[in-house]
Amino acid sequence: MNHFLPASPVAVPLSIAALLAAVNQHIPRRLADALAMAASLWSVIACLWLLMKSSHGLMVYWMGGWAPRNGAAIGISFTIDPLGAGAAAFASFLVFVALVFSAHYFDSVGTIFHVLMLAFLGAMCGFSLTGDIFNLFVFFELMSAAAFALCGYKTEESGPIQGALNFAVTNTIGAFMALSGIGLLYGRTGALNMAQIGKSLGQTHDGLVVAAFVMITCGFLVKAALVPFHFWLADAHAVAPTPVCVLFSGIMVELGLYAVARVYWTMFHGALAQFEAQTRAIFVSLGVLTAIVGALMSFAQRHIKRLLAYSTISHTGLMLVAFAMLAHGALAGLALYVLGHGLLKGALFLSAGILLHHLGSIDELNLRGKGREAIRASGLMLFLALGLSGVPPYGTFLGEALIDSAAEKLHYSWISYIFMFAGIVTAAAVLRVAGRIYFGWGQDLDRSQQDEGETDEGRETSGGQEVPATMFVPTLVLLLLGLGISFIPGLRVKTQAAAMEFMDQGAYQQQVLEHAAPPAYVPPAQESLLPGIIRGIVSTLLALVLAGLVLLPHRLRRGIEGFSGGVSFVLRPLRILHSGHMGDYVAWLTAGVAAIGGLFAYFIH
Amino acid sequence: MNYQARTALFIVSGLGFLCFYIWGLHGLPGLGHYPGPYGNLINSLTVYERHATDAVTAVNFDYRGFDTLGEEFILFASVMGANLLLRKQKDDREEDPPLDRAQDRVVPPTSDAIRVTGLALVLPIVVFGLYTISHGQLTPGGGFQGGVILASMPLIIYLCGDYKAFDRVTSHVLSEVTEAVGAGGYAVAGLISIAFGLNYLTNFIPLGQTGDVLSSGTILLISVLTGLEVAGGLVVLMIAFFRQTLVYRKADDESRGQDEPSRQ
Amino acid sequence: MNQAASEFLRMLPFLVAAWLFVVGLYGIVTSRHLVHLIMCLVVVQTSTYLLLLGVGYKIGAAAPIFADIPVGTPAVDPVTHALMLTDIVVEATVMALLLALAIQAEERAGSVDPEQLRIMRG
Repeated sequence: MNHFLPASPVAVPLSIAALLAAVNQHIPRRLADALAMAASLWSVIACLWLLMKSSHGLMVYWMGGWAPRNGAAIGISFTIDPLGAGAAAFASFLVFVALVFSAHYFDSVGTIFHVLMLAFLGAMCGFSLTGDIFNLFVFFELMSAAAFALCGYKTEESGPIQGALNFAVTNTIGAFMALSGIGLLYGRTGALNMAQIGKSLGQTHDGLVVAAFVMITCGFLVKAALVPFHFWLADAHAVAPTPVCVLFSGIMVELGLYAVARVYWTMFHGALAQFEAQTRAIFVSLGVLTAIVGALMSFAQRHIKRLLAYSTISHTGLMLVAFAMLAHGALAGLALYVLGHGLLKGALFLSAGILLHHLGSIDELNLRGKGREAIRASGLMLFLALGLSGVPPYGTFLGEALIDSAAEKLHYSWISYIFMFAGIVTAAAVLRVAGRIYFGWGQDLDRSQQDEGETDEGRETSGGQEVPATMFVPTLVLLLLGLGISFIPGLRVKTQAAAMEFMDQGAYQQQVLEHAAPPAYVPPAQESLLPGIIRGIVSTLLALVLAGLVLLPHRLRRGIEGFSGGVSFVLRPLRILHSGHMGDYVAWLTAGVAAIGGLFAYFIH
Repeated sequence: MNYQARTALFIVSGLGFLCFYIWGLHGLPGLGHYPGPYGNLINSLTVYERHATDAVTAVNFDYRGFDTLGEEFILFASVMGANLLLRKQKDDREEDPPLDRAQDRVVPPTSDAIRVTGLALVLPIVVFGLYTISHGQLTPGGGFQGGVILASMPLIIYLCGDYKAFDRVTSHVLSEVTEAVGAGGYAVAGLISIAFGLNYLTNFIPLGQTGDVLSSGTILLISVLTGLEVAGGLVVLMIAFFRQTLVYRKADDESRGQDEPSRQ
Repeated sequence: MNQAASEFLRMLPFLVAAWLFVVGLYGIVTSRHLVHLIMCLVVVQTSTYLLLLGVGYKIGAAAPIFADIPVGTPAVDPVTHALMLTDIVVEATVMALLLALAIQAEERAGSVDPEQLRIMRG
């Protein structure tokens, strides 16, 4: 069993994917569903087992039995630690939920959907568990290829498929950027194992190390959809089928950040340790910019999935800020925030999918007032929206609390206001949607606002009056889990210990290359959650107020006319920038890399 | 943004990025002075440990076999995706009778010399492809290269003959199954190692004599499976693209295919 | 002068790699046809090949095939060759997927010009 379990989160889904492809049209749909769900369920179980086992120390598993010789690795290793195994487990769980949701959702072409989902799953697990930088790149590519294919899945309707193309080209450029960085590192160190590279780089911080760091990081930040690499996310979400959107926003984007963190702490920590303050400043600025831009764009959308996509971008900006703190508490908070946010966002997308199934539209203004027919979906949306602003006991509140307390110690306490701002605006956007759809509040469809680009989507399913249990139950389960994780005993302590393990570069290298024994990690005393609770409640109330302001009946709006005019003035250039043109996206990508590179080159010399 | 703004933005940032990249490249040891331990270690170990004289194939299918598994599945997923996209395309253009969209085009006849050459090339290509696949562990070759060579056989038939011949030689179902068996076989071969109590993708076949075709254990097996997958995948792609872009014109006395960009 | 020239030659493949990367990106930014755009992406990809292969090269060394040379002879790095060889075949199929997306886009919108395909405005 010890030989099988570490490799199984990748081996089992991929094998079953190939099996399903071989029998394509010849097995009944139910059997294909069952096999795919079984594979993902197995993956969840295996990853949870890995999570438990690795909390006592890194699990190092060499593929092909190729152990290192004299401290030089010749094979590929899976170096499994709690945060990585946790990410893989969460990814597998979301895939399982998405497969359940899609069981009666759409008519698939043979088993292709399941094959692609399982390949996607295998890639995400491999990505989270690997200890080799080129292997990380390969699984990154596999994740991307499966995602591109899944994005192009809905081909019956006349929607804009170029969203998938924007997604594909941008992410591929990001991958090549990362590969170039890997090439630079290989040229210096002659190794591809992350521990060995870290050891070999030592503390040199010359041009090559900085360039490699920036290029690899920016490559993964494209996947993580940070500004200015973020343009593809909303387009991809508008095109992809709902269960796939769950995966994109729930875990795929966050894995980009995971890779940034992993790469930083295993390889570059030694070289960049003395420049922590500068690194922190640069990444915090990037994160804050992303959080603000994402939140504003989210508020301006009519297309519900694009709205949720921009809200993901905003929250990813917050996650980058959390990473940028470069501290145990913040990293633990980040992990919990990812978990909480993923559950909530997944549930939000699923409820959007239910709305689409039931009412045939995903345009907020079109759906005004029709929510009573899909009461369960819109009701759920109301509850979920609150979680985005960090009200306890949602998981996001717990993560935020940890991050804020870590930030305070580093004199960055002002970021809690950014967290509040992003939380308020994104939650208000979803509350506005829920209010408009369910209660019918707010303005009617304004025909003069027609020139807004893509605002709606065709049906993905055959539709119907009944919302099948396979669609409602997963949504409810995700919501309840999002509420419930704060109550898991000892979660904060264990996550903090896991974060300390993640950040310990020396111990990582010793355990991978020299079979050393793992040290014990003692997390610091847990602080009171009261400030976090107060912040969460205040944010939620403000979000409700903001949503209410927008939904006010016309005669009461005159008072805030000036205010909303000012807001549109700010939003207009922002919306023009998000043009949908591929050339624009790539130009901004290059500008982003050049700017980040320039900043790091300036500060680190 | 309009064209000028976009180009201006890119030129500035592109130059900045170029300078940054070159600054980074400066730290490299320079062409020809490979420093590191990885390549040298592998070069000294392959023949002894794996009885394989081609270090590149040994790295591909043994030392870093897990990477290659991932790459194979990228190929697999991309082919499935392209197939999905193009197959659905074709369905919504069924017309009865099919419209000839290239009525103004005259198909130049293929000369007999080319047809005969194409026919004569078929067998050598297949043999060469199989040779490349099975001798990957000895000389430059392996599943990827051999698979591509095998896949060029239907392509030669199309180029030297016509689409009808291509259609007769290839089978969509068979290619898909071959591809799936190749990819799945690789993943399962790793699982067989686990059944032997070893780590995933460890060698479990006796290594044989260096220099023989049947040597180097799982490298040969995985090479063959990869060759199947690559060949199958590329043929599936070819079939899908041809069906999408070709207008098949059934003339009275001859049947020829004709390339034409699809238009609604 | 000699110093500068030998320095330049020492770095030449890497400089070409960097140039290809940027030129490919330029092609994508200014492209007016989706197929051209995807081919520019292939150019960016070749930049990475050049970088990796250049990194693994050793002057005066043989190919890492020990069928007819003894095991101790200096040979170039097989790892980069292995990485690139799988990458080439695999990326060809990823580009095929992108081309299929481009064909779909053209069918839907009737144009292959990114300028005309920009209805996904924010």
